[in-house]
Amino acid sequence: MDQTLQKALDQLDQASAAVRLAVQNMATAPGGAEAAGNAAHAMSGGAIDPFVFRFAIFVLAIFVGYYVVWSVTPALHTPLMAVTNAISSVIVVGALLAVGIAASGVAAGFGFVALMLVSVNIFGGFLVTQRMLAMYKKKDK
Amino acid sequence: MNANFASFLYLVSGVLFIMALRGLSHPTTSRQGNLYGMIGMGIAIATTLALATPSAGRFGLIVLGLAIGGGVGAITARRIAMTSMPQLVAAFHSLVGLAAVMVAAAAIYAPESFGIGTAGDIHAQALIEMSLGVAIGAITFTGSVIAFLKLDGRMSGKPIMIGGRHFINAALGIALIVLIVLLVGTESKLVFWLIVAASLVLGILLIIPIGGADMPVVVSMLNSYSGWAAAALGFTLGNLALIITGALVGSSGAILSYIMCKGMNRSFISVILGGFGGETAAAADDGIERTVKQGSADDAAYLMMNAQKVIIVPGYGMAVAQAQHALREMADKLKANGVDVKYAIHPVAGRMPGHMNVLLAEANVPYDEVFELEDINSEFAQADVAYVIGANDVTNPSARDDKSSPIYGMPILDVDKARTCLFVKRSLGSGYAGIDNTLFYKDGTMMLLGDAKKMTEEIVKAMDH
Repeated sequence: MDQTLQKALDQLDQASAAVRLAVQNMATAPGGAEAAGNAAHAMSGGAIDPFVFRFAIFVLAIFVGYYVVWSVTPALHTPLMAVTNAISSVIVVGALLAVGIAASGVAAGFGFVALMLVSVNIFGGFLVTQRMLAMYKKKDK
Repeated sequence: MNANFASFLYLVSGVLFIMALRGLSHPTTSRQGNLYGMIGMGIAIATTLALATPSAGRFGLIVLGLAIGGGVGAITARRIAMTSMPQLVAAFHSLVGLAAVMVAAAAIYAPESFGIGTAGDIHAQALIEMSLGVAIGAITFTGSVIAFLKLDGRMSGKPIMIGGRHFINAALGIALIVLIVLLVGTESKLVFWLIVAASLVLGILLIIPIGGADMPVVVSMLNSYSGWAAAALGFTLGNLALIITGALVGSSGAILSYIMCKGMNRSFISVILGGFGGETAAAADDGIERTVKQGSADDAAYLMMNAQKVIIVPGYGMAVAQAQHALREMADKLKANGVDVKYAIHPVAGRMPGHMNVLLAEANVPYDEVFELEDINSEFAQADVAYVIGANDVTNPSARDDKSSPIYGMPILDVDKARTCLFVKRSLGSGYAGIDNTLFYKDGTMMLLGDAKKMTEEIVKAMDH
């Protein structure tokens, strides 16, 4: 009993140390999920690569997607394709980085083309979905 | 902006995307869902801008890019005809694929900006993730372009078979793996572009042998691919929103492909290997003379006006003829006359999942009159008339009764169980599978030969007499 309690207290200490470390990291950490990955990295005592945490998120998101998509009514499968298409344009974050801060002109150029392409998708995808969904009406009684 | 806070915001946008899909479980919640999606995208863009803090000049460039692309997208979304939705979605997939290639190219030319190392010293892990993203992206790009051309009728829907294509595809696949290993070893830009080139060719070769009528599976599959490409780049960029979205879209497309394959009773592999579903396959001719009962618009109008229950079965032919508005008018006349009207939709009717539902919705058909196969199939036995318009193989009773039929086992709508089946068709030819429809020769079937839209309009006129 005592042993378990001691173990729990130790772990609590470790966790709070990790949180402190993560907070210290905040100011210096690099972008995006890199930081989340690094914080998790620190919490696990440096033994686990941030990739593992990203991969865990990826796998869990696949499961979420699986259950959410099965619950989509077949009548809305076309809007589903249009909206999944629109949200996959979140790849725009990569294009924005390239146009925004890339030192190489070539990279910025590629980024600019990518940005235009996905902008078509973002606006086109959401608007066409909205247009379709607006047509689905109930019987007036 | 603080990087941890940015990470948190990316997570929020990922969650908003999940809620966007969740909203689609019912038409009433779907519009709200779409709004969540837009907010999620807005948050992702704003966060990236706040994190990257581009110079004024670069910021101008970003606004310009967004404005050009956004303008084109908005105009397309407003103008596109609902019947052209499958082509539009295919075209959009190709854009995501190409954008994934471009983003990966930008990352390899300026690795510092993406935090994946420095030029000449990019992390091996990032290179692997990136090359996967670029390969899947390039396959999605050319594959979707081919799918677009086929769906838009700019290219024949017939399967195009190249000799030894399985061998070529396998060789390209192996070449891709070798190139990826080389890229990790050398970080050579030439190898990177070779990966792009090989994947572009592979995308074309994968889709050209697949026939027009198998496009629902292809479009769903490419939807899935665009998701996996996004996820792979999400790993490279270490971006939560991209990883979550990629996983969502990837699994969504995979599920839709599965539903479509099940609707045709075909395995995913056999669809991908191609060679099936040419639109002009020759009719099976066994030399037996069979008689077909033909009717006129007046006969059809009389039968339906005196019926108690009519079930309408639309198919791809309705989309081609743009007959959905005429059809709704006909249904209105029937309802005014006290006839119970319902619509029955087969999972693979049309050229993409849910295609018929959108067209009926466009024609103001209330969604609670439209039913899926499993919900309505038992009702055909109580229906007086089944009105089949532009559908064929999905009503063929041999899929249910004849074990020797090539489509045996495919779920069908039991229109032959209705007292009378009115079958609108341009000619007595067979459907895409090239299989004779035994329904035509049944006693209860009356063929209405003519264009789907014209025939329906004539029936509406005849109902006024």
